[in-house]
Order: sequence, then structure tokens, then C-alpha cells
Amino acid sequence: MEKFTQLTGVAAPMPAINIDTDKIFPAIHLRTIKRTGLAKHLFEEIRFRADGSENPDFILNQGPYRQAKIIVAGDNFGCGSSREHAPWALTDFGISCVIAPSFADIFYNNCFKNGLLPIALPQDVVDQLMEDAKKGANAVLTVDLESQTITRPDGERVPFKVEAFRKHCLLNGLDDIGLTEQKGAEIAAYEEKARLARPWQFGMIRHEA
Amino acid sequence: MAQPRTLFDKIWDSHVIAPAGEGTYLLYIDLHLCHEVTTPQAFEGLKLAGRKVRRPDATIAVADHNIPTSNRKAGIDEPESKLQVDTLERNVVEFGVPYIPIDSINQGIVHIIGPEMGLSQPGMTIVCGDSHTATHGALGALAFGIGTSEVEHVLATQTLIQAHAKNMLVEVNGSLGAGVSPKDVILAIIGKIGTAGGTGHVIEYGGSTFRSMSMEGRMTVCNMAIESGARAGLVAPDEITFEYVKGRAYAPKGGAWEQALAYWKTLPSDPGAHFDKKTSLDAGQIAPHITWGTNPEQTAPITARVPDPADIDDPLKRAAVERALQYMQLKPKTPLVEIPVQRVFIGSCTNSRIEDLRAAAAIARGRKVAEGVRAMVVPGSGLVKHQAEEEGLDRVFLEAGFEWREPGCSNCMSMNPDRAMKGERIASTSNRNFEGRQGPGAKTHLMGPAMAAAAAVTGRLADVRQLG
Repeated sequence: MEKFTQLTGVAAPMPAINIDTDKIFPAIHLRTIKRTGLAKHLFEEIRFRADGSENPDFILNQGPYRQAKIIVAGDNFGCGSSREHAPWALTDFGISCVIAPSFADIFYNNCFKNGLLPIALPQDVVDQLMEDAKKGANAVLTVDLESQTITRPDGERVPFKVEAFRKHCLLNGLDDIGLTEQKGAEIAAYEEKARLARPWQFGMIRHEA
Repeated sequence: MAQPRTLFDKIWDSHVIAPAGEGTYLLYIDLHLCHEVTTPQAFEGLKLAGRKVRRPDATIAVADHNIPTSNRKAGIDEPESKLQVDTLERNVVEFGVPYIPIDSINQGIVHIIGPEMGLSQPGMTIVCGDSHTATHGALGALAFGIGTSEVEHVLATQTLIQAHAKNMLVEVNGSLGAGVSPKDVILAIIGKIGTAGGTGHVIEYGGSTFRSMSMEGRMTVCNMAIESGARAGLVAPDEITFEYVKGRAYAPKGGAWEQALAYWKTLPSDPGAHFDKKTSLDAGQIAPHITWGTNPEQTAPITARVPDPADIDDPLKRAAVERALQYMQLKPKTPLVEIPVQRVFIGSCTNSRIEDLRAAAAIARGRKVAEGVRAMVVPGSGLVKHQAEEEGLDRVFLEAGFEWREPGCSNCMSMNPDRAMKGERIASTSNRNFEGRQGPGAKTHLMGPAMAAAAAVTGRLADVRQLG
């Protein structure tokens, strides 16, 4: 996994609430067996017009926001489907951080597996950062994961929270399957216990004839 | 005395292997359901790392999203869909994962066949790379959707690293009125608590309304737990649950059944167990519901009118409603029953079980689909389709002018060819009314199966209670 340590870049304002995963990445494009090259479908329905041309009203089609690395969004970002294609498309576009008052649970989990940092902050703080994000070429924020701070264009620092384990994995770009495999003995011991307590669940599924 | 625990606490406690640091735990997974859309990259990851599937006996795969629902013998036309299904079929062979072939009578939507085959059982932890995994919570299992990286993690280790969710109780008491279905109950709940009302929580649906609800109805309710943001939805297992599970293909038998039953009976929440959040509704006050907007909290009783953004004070909420009405091409204050539809979809993991088809057929019987409306019935599985045909429901639908299709996810998210035409308005029994989900510019109104059948025969959104 890509490491996330520090990021400085343009933040794009997307104040709408409930930006769902169908909007971030339309279902029709889930018909892929790859996790790369998905940026072309990011926000497709609002980013492009019916004839395939860019919709000039959409924020990521405008000037400095084409290079946005951060999105400042409304409440409940990433609601809906579990598709990891949503964070894959965001990172493929160049977005490495999303700041919002809240996130849907599955999307939030998926971000951490892909070097994408979701930051939840109180509405009034997001409102301030949203104003910063409206400053075009000056909408530059610095996100530092080690110190857990966002530096605003005026130099003010905003603290944020992140769970220690997730932070550790992001900072070091760790593969958490590898970490779990180190607990192999504990998993095996649990399975032995479970086999006694719930024997009907073991060997349950046979191959269809 | 031990502290009283909720159903969720009990399942959680019995599946924690070890703490993983600061509020996160390594959790054991009992059943892993796989489909073709969210697994290819996970199997690829295993391959690259030289890993195996730890417990093929707790894993099962089926293709459902991309499958055509007509002329199945002709195979899959669309090349991207074909590639995804072929990839799954290659992966299950390479990794030794049990697979339900497309031509098996057991094939169907993964969330329909899990309970139907007796795979989903009370007290289990169940995951799938699909947010509607919440459906299996109807059995009293802790079931939730995961991303593809987590699918890979479960395939390799049979575990997940999870934060402990909070407990929420949604209580509904009383009898449902005539013409009011479980879908109306869950739409009313989401309308009340909002699309983020359950975020960070596992919801237990309690109260007399759920105690007397069928398993099919409970599945409809739990299916949409995710639409209120909840990690999972649960209904306590009871005699209705045990009766449903008993005798199914993979259900425990003989002595194992007795042992399982004794365990399952210990699962319901203890009296006095703590819930971090509670809300309640009166079943008698719930009318048939539909959604008018572009997220599942934008619901209203069918007797209502399209809301007026001018009545909303919160500027962000007002902007969201304005955007929704613009997309849905609806004028404020229009009576909902005056809205015409061009398409009707009866199906999806929310409402494609036998009871749903019976409810829709009861309205379709002796009537005709209105002119200019295309109406499709897509059973949730081969077994549901077979049973419906045994009961003659296929003939009822066909005589009324509905299409009777093969099982699959179909027009719920339209990864197969069952897509709405540009801008069509759809009465749909599925679970999400997001912009563009059922086709480019498609305008979705969510509702129960009898309501959808009523829309088909009247050509507009209709109050099923008026059709008798």
C-alpha cells in the first residue's frame, strides 16, 4: 500500500451532503477486474456532459482544481455501496485526502486500505476549510499525519483525530494481511475453540456437484 | 451477575480473537459470500502474494450482478460482464472455493440464496463484498458489507480488523395496516432517522411488529439497514427464525440441530441491555411509502405531495432537496399519486423473495400493465422462480403483461443489460434511488412489491389500498 505521511495540495470544495458511491463511481463501470486506471470514470455523471465533453460547472474541471489532491465535502461522504472502486478512482485521479463532517463506515474503512486519508471534523471546522477551498489557486492545505494537523492557507493549524492502528499502517504503508498473519497461532487457537463450541459450522460448505 | 448484553454484543464477544489496538479487534468470520464484482482484485492480490484461501468450507461464490435475465443459454453478450464472470469461474477453480454455477437452480442473488440454502444462520459473523450483506441480519447474524481489500483479508485469514460499533435499537410496535408491507416499515424508519442515522452503529430492530413479521419481511428490513448508514441490522432469532432455517440444505441436522438450537436461543438481547441510541415508531401510523428524491431518506407516504424546498430552513438540506427535485423533474407540492411512470422493476435483494412475488401478483391478477409501461419481474433465485411457477404466479404476471425473467440483480444497479432508457421514471422495489443507478438519468421511486405492481397497472405512482 502507498504510504501517507504529509500532503500539500489544492483542496476542492464539494459542499453537497450525502455524496454517494454511485456518484463517485457509477455502477456500470464496476465491470472491471482491475483496480487501476479508474479515474476516467470518477464522478462521471456530473463531471461530463451527455456528449462526453467536460461539464464546466463541475469543480474538478475548473483551473487549479484539476490538480486537486484534497476534497472538502459535506456530511455522510461515501454513503451507499461497499465498492472499493470509489477510493481507487479518487486516488487514481490524485486525491489523497477527503475532509468531511462524517463518512459512511465502509467507505471510511476502504480509504485506509489505499493510502487515502479520510478526516472527520466538526461541521464548523469543515465550514472554515470549505471557505479556504473556495480560494482557487490559493486553496492550498497541508495535511500532516504524524502530527495530525491540517495547516490552512493563513498558517493556522487544525488538529484531527485518527485511530492509532490505522495511522501506523498509513504512515508505514503496511499490508494488514501480513500483520494479521503474524497472529496465526491465535487464529488457529480460536478456530480450535470454535470447532468445539459450534461444530456444525465447520466443513459446512461442500462443492456443488 | 454478568452485565446484560445485546444480541450484537454477544455475537461480537464470541468472535473476538484478539485486540488489534485502540478500539479495534481481530474478528473471526464464519461465512464469506463472494460474487463476481468485488472479488477479482482480491483473488489477484492473493495470487501475487502466494496466499491461499484459508477456509474454503466457509466460503461460497455465485455470479449475480452481471447475469442476463433472459435467454440465459445464449451466454453473456457484454464483454466486460463476461470477463468478470469468467474471472470468478477461473478463480474458484484455482483457489478451491465452492461455486454455484449459473445453470444451477440454486443460482441467484447472493443475499437471497444465503438464507434460502440455510448457509446464513443465527449467531454467525457473515461478510460479503457488498453493502446489502446486512440482509442476513434478519437471521440474527452479524452480517455486513466490506470492501475488496477486506475481501482479500478474509479469504487469506478468515478474519477482519474491525472497530467496535455502537448499539442502536429501533423499536416498532403494533400491527401494520392493510396494504402496508415491511418495505414501508423500513422506508418509514429511514425517513425518520436519515441516511446517516445509523452510522457507526449496529441496529437491532425490536418490538412486536418485527416479532410477528415473516423471515422474508425481516430480510427486507435488514437489507436496507445500510441505507440508514448502519454497519448492520439485526432481528433477534426466535421460533419464526428456527422454523425458517430448519431443513434447509446447509442447516445443521439431527444432534447438531439440537446443539445449534440451544446456542441460538441464548442470543437475544438480555433485558436491560444498553443501547447507545434508541428510536421508536408506531406501526399503525405507517402508510405505504415511496421515495420522491435521490437518497433513501427522501421518503413520504403515498398520500403526500412532493415537498417544497421553501419549507426547509437548513440551507444544506434545502440545497439537497432542490437538487433532488431538479434531477427527478418534480414540481413542489405535486400529489405523489399524479406522477406517471414508464418502467416498473420488481426484484433485487430487497424484494424478490416468494412473499414479495405473491404480494405483487395479488395486485397484478386480472389486471393489465398500463399502456406505455414496461414492467419486469425478476425472481431472486432459481428456487424462488421455481416455487413461483409451481404456484402459477408466472402466469398471473405474464397474463397481466409483465415480463417474467431469470434470477439476478438486474435493474437494481444495471450491470447487466436490464437498464432503464435515458431519463425513464421507474417504480422499483430495490434499495437505492441514487442518481443514475438504474440507468443514465433514470428517475427511481422506491416502494414495496404490491405498490410497484399498482404503479404498473395504473401507469403512475398509486396507493395500493385503493386497488383492493
